Amino acid sequence: MSLTDDTSGDGGNRWYDLFSRGTRDWLRHNEKVREAVRENLPDLVAGSDVLSRPGDRTVQVPVKFMEHARFKLRDSDEQTGAGQGNAKPGDVLRESQQRRGGAGKEGGGEGEGSITFVLEFQIDDILDWLWEELELPHLQPKQGNSIEADEYVREGWDKRGARSRLDRRRTMKESIKRRGAHPESNVPISNEDLRFRQLARRSRPSTNAVVFLLLDVSSSMDEHCRKLAKTFFFWALQGIRRQFSQIEMVFVAHTVEAWEFQEEEFFQVHGQGGTKSSAGLAKVQEVLDQRYDPGQYNCYLFYATDGHNFSEDREAAMAALEKLAPAMNFMGYAEVAHHSHRRLETEVAAIYDRLAAEGLPTGSYSMVEESDIWPAIKAFFSDQAADADAV
Amino acid sequence: MAETLKEFIPKIERLAQEQGLEYYPVDFELVPQSFMMEVAVYGLPVRMPHWSFGVRWIYQMVQHRMGHSKIFEVVFPGNPNRAYLVDTNSVEENTLVVAHVLGHADFSHNNMTFVRSQQQAGYHIVEQAAAHAHRIEEVIETEGTKRVEQVLDAALALEQHIDTNQALNRPDYYRERRPEGGDEGGPAGSEGGDGGFRNRFAQLPGEGTDAEPRARRAPSAPIPPQPESDLLWFIAHYAPEMEDWERDIFLAVREESYYFQPVFNCQIMNEGWASYWHSRLLREAEFLPSAMYVDCMKTHSDVVRPYGSDKQIALQVNPYHLGYTMWEKLVEEKGLEAARQIMREEDDFGFVRNYLTPELAEQLQLFVFNAKKNGEIKVTDSNLHELHEAILSPKFNFGAPRVQAQEVKQDGTLVLRHNHAGDGRGLDAARARRVLEYVDRVWRRPVRLFTTDERGREICLKPGWEED
Repeated sequence: MSLTDDTSGDGGNRWYDLFSRGTRDWLRHNEKVREAVRENLPDLVAGSDVLSRPGDRTVQVPVKFMEHARFKLRDSDEQTGAGQGNAKPGDVLRESQQRRGGAGKEGGGEGEGSITFVLEFQIDDILDWLWEELELPHLQPKQGNSIEADEYVREGWDKRGARSRLDRRRTMKESIKRRGAHPESNVPISNEDLRFRQLARRSRPSTNAVVFLLLDVSSSMDEHCRKLAKTFFFWALQGIRRQFSQIEMVFVAHTVEAWEFQEEEFFQVHGQGGTKSSAGLAKVQEVLDQRYDPGQYNCYLFYATDGHNFSEDREAAMAALEKLAPAMNFMGYAEVAHHSHRRLETEVAAIYDRLAAEGLPTGSYSMVEESDIWPAIKAFFSDQAADADAV
Repeated sequence: MAETLKEFIPKIERLAQEQGLEYYPVDFELVPQSFMMEVAVYGLPVRMPHWSFGVRWIYQMVQHRMGHSKIFEVVFPGNPNRAYLVDTNSVEENTLVVAHVLGHADFSHNNMTFVRSQQQAGYHIVEQAAAHAHRIEEVIETEGTKRVEQVLDAALALEQHIDTNQALNRPDYYRERRPEGGDEGGPAGSEGGDGGFRNRFAQLPGEGTDAEPRARRAPSAPIPPQPESDLLWFIAHYAPEMEDWERDIFLAVREESYYFQPVFNCQIMNEGWASYWHSRLLREAEFLPSAMYVDCMKTHSDVVRPYGSDKQIALQVNPYHLGYTMWEKLVEEKGLEAARQIMREEDDFGFVRNYLTPELAEQLQLFVFNAKKNGEIKVTDSNLHELHEAILSPKFNFGAPRVQAQEVKQDGTLVLRHNHAGDGRGLDAARARRVLEYVDRVWRRPVRLFTTDERGREICLKPGWEED
């Protein structure tokens, strides 16, 4: 007999306190799940419920536990088992239940395989994957000659300067050098030792951007359409975000009128009545004029609607877009609808077609179901990349 | 607590020996709950890494957090036995556990299935498994996580597919015939006259892992000569292009399975035996303060009960409760010596079929139920034989479907065949295809598996990626 007790005696930790094999294998499992998720990027992009967490650079994705497969008999219609307790033949221990949706799928997991948990993904990682997947070039900010901003950068040292720019470290170095050369001196720091940082004024391309998200909230735009629009907006935004250090967003919703919203309320807005695109575009123009100087900002406009604009608004909408165009790096049109036939044959689609024919930087994307989101994002990024190449 | 336990252990052991328990020395160790949980997941204190253990581990953690699982002890048979107790459990609980562990130690020292397994897999499974894990860590260093993981995916998926009727170190099929084939490897290769010597030493113990002879069989000799159930052994020995470190992993997993199988095959007997002895030893332990005895027995009744305290009916049979009740009855009716004889000779199959009597089944209120796909569960009118089989059927063939290696074709294709007649129905095709993917990566030639579909027609499955 012997009894070892790790809590007494030497007080030292035992080997198994040093690491947890369970944690290690669990992390490895998660890594594999990540790999698997990565292989299904389209689902990831389409399925992630995002945008509602501003400032957070992660998305949460529900995933299933991986199942290590083994040979197993197929589920039979009837299974026999042994139980214990006060029951007699014929007793029904559980009533039959309505089959839950999705049951009967082969390999559809019971047991550990069906437990889901949430994995957090860095948005930047996902974008890297997207970029790799799409084999896109690294996008540069549009080097528009007009968009430049002045900034001050540190450059060299001076013996004179404002006290706030005193470089202590550099000053001490000079003091040590001087005292080394003149050991007889007993002045710790002389005026000659002082060093100040110099600032120089440089101009460089602006890395600011503003993205206008314009959403049609007329009665025909239901939850399904909004979800598509929201997901598309999110990823388009992330793509733009890669190119700019500062990005601001403007949320405009419209029916026959238009309003600016904060992000939180934006996707909850429900309007009444029909669609008048020109109203929304006018609102965008108004915000642009008031707050964003196109000389200082790279501007993007994304417009999501089911495309059913009043036909009498056609010319007004066209004019509004043409007016916005010179200020815009890109104007994207996301058509979200319920029917897969006659895609991009709506009023609004026709307007964007005309803009494109005029050589303006636009792109039109049609989304009817979740599986359309991925191709749309792909097309948008490719348009962006082509555009950047063209510069 | 450690002090109180230290004082009790020799007393309980003395009592156990007076009662006729025979066992190898037991090393008790108090360990943290977290360690215990890992042991429960991995089956061994130190075991090879694999992501599937991570899934089981998190599952166990969740169960534990929700208060659904409490682990009392784990004991690894061997010489010495290694028993782990949880340092946060009460001294009463651990006192009970010490007595329980001695019951297990007696069982594993005497039960034929355990004795045979230990003779083959050795008396130091804890150290052996740690050595396997260490070797695998080293291979990960040189080959990378991904490659090693692929081999473990295959080996661990086939974990249950062994054949303990054969020796752990079994020779290759045609090893005996080698001299006829002209063995240029041996020093006296072509000379006759040394046949006796060669035949005698052709199968040295431990040589089963030797990879050489498979190339030298007569071309006409079929591989395998008869359907082979030990898939781990078969693949390790006959895969056309397996690397040594890969074989090593297969054989390591197999060795651990040889150790696990008796635990699985004797669970009802073994847990019942240990429960019988903890209850009996503590009852006779006069040195225990009576308040403590009451607390110990409370723990006993928590462990050895048919169903949750809030329920009246369970859809499974608690092996502790079943085994305990059966042993109580057997000792009462036949005497301790007869009970010990049964303990030595049986495994759960013989134990349940021979000694779970109609009276006991009635006393225990055991029943057979039928669960339909629509969720309905109904108690059936069944006889004793049907009850036995309902209890035992999850235990057949190490809990796995019967899949055998049937043939290796000229082009190296491995043909597996599922005994669907024996198992009553075909395999789950989706899972089987994934297992074939695992196997394909180590076999490196086509892999096929015959089973039946839901209408009973024979189908041939391929790895998932070859379908469509």
